[in-house]
Amino acid sequence: MNDLKKIETKPDEWEALKAFTNARIALGRTGVSVPLKESLQFKLAHAHAKDAVYSHLQVDELLTSLSSTSLPIHYVKSQASNRDIYLQRPDLGRLLDESSTNQIQQLGSPPADISIIVADGLSATAINKNAAEVVDLLVRKGRQAGYSFAPIMLVEQGRVAITDAIGGLLRPRLAVMLIGERPGLSSFDSIGAYITYAPQPGLTDERRNCISNIREQGLPPVMAVDKLMYLIDSAFRLQLTGVALKDNDEGGFLATSTPDSGP
Amino acid sequence: MAYQCTIGSFTYRFEDLKELLAKASPLRSGDVLAGLAAESYEERVAAQIALADVSLTTFLNEAVIPYETDDVTRLIIDTHNKAAFTPISHFTVGELRDWLLGDDATTSTLQQLATGLTPEMVAAVSKLMRNQDLILVAKKCEVVTRFRNTVGLQGHLSVRLQPNHPTDDAKGIAASIIDGLLYGSGDAMIGINPATDRPAATSRLLYMLDGLRERFAMPIQSCVLSHITTTLQLVEQHVPVDLIFQSIAGTQQANASFGINLALLQEAHEAGLSLKRGTIGNNLMYFETGQGSALSSGANHHVDQQTCEARAYAVARQYNPFLVNSVVGFIGPEYLFDGKQIIRAGLEDHFCGKLMGLPMGMDICYTNHAQADQDDMDTLLTLLGVAGINFIMGIPGADDIMLNYQSTSFHDALYLRRILGLRPAPEFEEWLLRQGIMDSTGNRLSDGLQNKFFAALLPA
Repeated sequence: MNDLKKIETKPDEWEALKAFTNARIALGRTGVSVPLKESLQFKLAHAHAKDAVYSHLQVDELLTSLSSTSLPIHYVKSQASNRDIYLQRPDLGRLLDESSTNQIQQLGSPPADISIIVADGLSATAINKNAAEVVDLLVRKGRQAGYSFAPIMLVEQGRVAITDAIGGLLRPRLAVMLIGERPGLSSFDSIGAYITYAPQPGLTDERRNCISNIREQGLPPVMAVDKLMYLIDSAFRLQLTGVALKDNDEGGFLATSTPDSGP
Repeated sequence: MAYQCTIGSFTYRFEDLKELLAKASPLRSGDVLAGLAAESYEERVAAQIALADVSLTTFLNEAVIPYETDDVTRLIIDTHNKAAFTPISHFTVGELRDWLLGDDATTSTLQQLATGLTPEMVAAVSKLMRNQDLILVAKKCEVVTRFRNTVGLQGHLSVRLQPNHPTDDAKGIAASIIDGLLYGSGDAMIGINPATDRPAATSRLLYMLDGLRERFAMPIQSCVLSHITTTLQLVEQHVPVDLIFQSIAGTQQANASFGINLALLQEAHEAGLSLKRGTIGNNLMYFETGQGSALSSGANHHVDQQTCEARAYAVARQYNPFLVNSVVGFIGPEYLFDGKQIIRAGLEDHFCGKLMGLPMGMDICYTNHAQADQDDMDTLLTLLGVAGINFIMGIPGADDIMLNYQSTSFHDALYLRRILGLRPAPEFEEWLLRQGIMDSTGNRLSDGLQNKFFAALLPA
């Protein structure tokens, strides 16, 4: 047999349409199949997402970078003892383990206006990369507005609703949870911010508000913190968070949380 | 009533039918999370052995969720077709399994039987079946529906074109629609998940889709997947609504968490019919389901997630849907942990829906925190193609940039059509040929059509 001709994959004639969307359009084809280059690009994006799901909090680095706020920082854990349990048992990710509960109880810190909670969620990478800047900005703006802050909680294997377990012990007027969001193929380092007024065990997720996609290429930290401050001021004025707060929003950026598909 | 099974010197006891069903269910994380799964491999098989001996009439007398407190149970019991059931009323679950696989169970016999089967009977028999059994029996079922084209004929595979965009940007959505149509997708429907539930935004998208359809005389139907109350509002305003979408579940309480009830579904169905927009048929409801939805809203009543899912099909069946779509891997690893569990659930859902007489398709998909990848989707895609699935998803590059999950692509649909010799819906295939997008062997042709499409989608 003679040498076979190498396949030239067929590009699509409508490649110009790629300007209008980030969707994977006009991929071209070999036969009816996706060309290798595109196949590997997809795999790479998925690899980034999987690595983010199984990433770990860089605790020492975070303790250092978060200390710019001069607030005390405490490292605590949920009852999900590893990632596979965390993924299959969201209920355990919503509860503090025993030693963490004791640790917070022994703080005896007086109730503050705002408690900041930072949790790995489904992407510790997001927290490692972006949390320090958001926290620093939030504390500065919050202090300018006259709010007091509780010690910062850094949570491993945490879900959004662990806010309520921590809130029940620290008794802040309001909690802000910064948590790694479920990675997509286009972003694996987004933080979600969930705001809960009067957090305590037994709350349901329609009592929270959420700002999503906080990262440099998404909603940049400076803008995110502006929105958070607007939300926090509104929550204190109305003495609530959740659906009712959403209804009063005119900016169109608020959403109530969708906990079961998210972190 | 209690059930039991003795293995060696140990007797397993199952308090009631719902415990027996749950313990007999192949392992999945959602049943473990709910505390319903068998505690050992042996207990699971013991439950399956006990379940095989349960007579089908038991399911009419022992409701897994009480008739008095759940309207889905009432729907199941009140609409049960006793005449259709009579020929198998003397069967046990195990005997039904053997009969379904046998040569007496032909396509037409199965069609006559469909309304005699309750979801719990169908769920029960699926738990006794291996994957190949689920495929073989589903393949014998044929469920054909019509609106502007015909979906579900043996030998055909349709595609829902899903051109989502994170901000509902019209040009972005249009670009993905063009990509899909030129790859031969879109015959099941063009269905957009809107980023917001604002009626005005939904309306704008519906007008855009309708403009495209009219301009190119496309035999297709469209849908914007807003909440059913939003869609109802748009129907009243005479916005061009083709298919009416809603997510549904298998218990009254879970449906309530979706903001719906059976009366609302009935109202929407009638409103859709009143528009008379279907040209060759009037199947117009589009339902999405998925194992785990009842548990995720705390509304599973200790019933295993696969049985809850089959109960959702009883809800769907009531409204003669055009398409039913199990969004199998979207819900996450706490319900279906990995590729193995997703593949099993996908085959179960397709089997149960088809046996009950539903036009089943599937969003063969996973999220990034599940232990699954595109190889698993290829496996499930191929298995469901063999099983005769009515339609799959077509998403550019299998990557939904709005909902952040991975599904199947336009290329995947062409792969499946090619290896199994499947064709698009006949009316759509004719259109593809006429437009010069495809040739009669299913190969994609080159043509400068995209500019015309784009102009039609976005009139200057």
